[in-house]
Amino acid sequence: MNAVWAMARRDLLLALRRKSEVLTALFFFVIVCSLFPLGIGPEPALLRKIAPGVLWVAALLATLLGLPRMFAADHQDGTLEQMALSPSPLGLLVAGKILAHWLVSGLPLVLLAPVLGIQFDLAPDALGVLVLALLLGTPLLSLIGAIGAALTLGVRGGGVLLALLVLPLYVPALIFGAGAVEAHIAGLAFAGHFSLLGAMLAVALFFAPWATTAALRIALES
Amino acid sequence: MNDSIRPLTSTRLTRWLFHCASPPVFYPLAGRLIPWFWALAALFGIAGLYVSFFVAPTDAVQGEAYRIIFVHVPASWMSMFIYLVMAFWAGVGLVFNTRLSGMMAQALAPTGALMAVLSLWTGSLWGKPMWGTWWVWDARLTSELILAFLYIGFIALQASIDDPRRADKAGAILALVGVVNIPIIYFSVKWWNTLHQGASVSLTKSPSMAQTMLWGMLLMALCFWMYSIAVALMRVRAIILEREAATEWVKHAVE
Repeated sequence: MNAVWAMARRDLLLALRRKSEVLTALFFFVIVCSLFPLGIGPEPALLRKIAPGVLWVAALLATLLGLPRMFAADHQDGTLEQMALSPSPLGLLVAGKILAHWLVSGLPLVLLAPVLGIQFDLAPDALGVLVLALLLGTPLLSLIGAIGAALTLGVRGGGVLLALLVLPLYVPALIFGAGAVEAHIAGLAFAGHFSLLGAMLAVALFFAPWATTAALRIALES
Repeated sequence: MNDSIRPLTSTRLTRWLFHCASPPVFYPLAGRLIPWFWALAALFGIAGLYVSFFVAPTDAVQGEAYRIIFVHVPASWMSMFIYLVMAFWAGVGLVFNTRLSGMMAQALAPTGALMAVLSLWTGSLWGKPMWGTWWVWDARLTSELILAFLYIGFIALQASIDDPRRADKAGAILALVGVVNIPIIYFSVKWWNTLHQGASVSLTKSPSMAQTMLWGMLLMALCFWMYSIAVALMRVRAIILEREAATEWVKHAVE
């Protein structure tokens, strides 16, 4: 377990030294969300209706921005090979990197979401559900994204390809994440959505680091 | 007595399978099989089209336009089935490190993508006269669309990696992740749809389908099977030649 924390700490330190990259993704999130009212019109009823979906889609895209960086720098300077050779299992180190990615590009989205939700005229309790849904959903995005990031490591046109690979896999998270908020606004129970998000998170938590490790080993072989 | 025989036959079988999986053996074997699959595809296709156009009765509710399902349903079946087969070969390639498995997965992907697109296309052709709209965010349509995206992602990933061995393995992991995700996506889309809107449009067919309609559909499905196998074998032959171009046997095979 120490390996996970050490790796997460190192990646967080690196991210803090290069703040601009993290902030860019956050501002991207804010800008994408702000574009929708401009494009669709400022009617509060309409905005309330589209808010959960818009915020979630923007969160998917913002998470995507940070993914190519997850392994790229370590791959270039050979750190990744050292990690593969290290006595602690690569899977744990990868889990640490995913944790760091979530803390850097997932958690800030969760914290920013209520502010943007107010712009969309969401009620306070709906904001609470939105934050909880993002809290459950964004780790899932980081986990699935890590597989894609490892597969496209050092590949031609990696960034666009990554979006093509990962976005279809994000569909369930989007459906249940946005669905929970929509259900709450419609006065329905949202516990089922949260259970499903949690179940997917548990499955991804187990399988994603493993699949990512396999993909990284393939990238290192060649 | 059985116990002493079984290991022997199983090793013989596996040895034979691995023997066939070597590209120099498989290349001529596939070449001999391809005309047969084409012939069967034509045979089933002619029979299926005859049944679906002349034998199957006009539908009481949907009129003549329902006949598109004789292409639509087999295409949908194939699009899902080919993904499973592709993932199976990809997994075999990862586990046993056999070269041919990855080539097989790569050869199947375009056919699967074609089937997915064909299924979406014919589906909307059917939807326009029946529902009055080209596209509905129905669970099946949406999951078929995402399946098409998964195929395109697989093809794009393989195309952008130059080293064929790495392309095979990376594609294999993606295909396997996709297989885990397909049921999740299907059910999430289904629940999403039922949560969103009432069943304004239902894809479920009338429960009693005329016997001849079923026959037409089955014949067309067999035709699509044979076509897919024939095309995949042709493509895998081309891939074998491309990848093994440096070897001695390819020089002789091409002559």
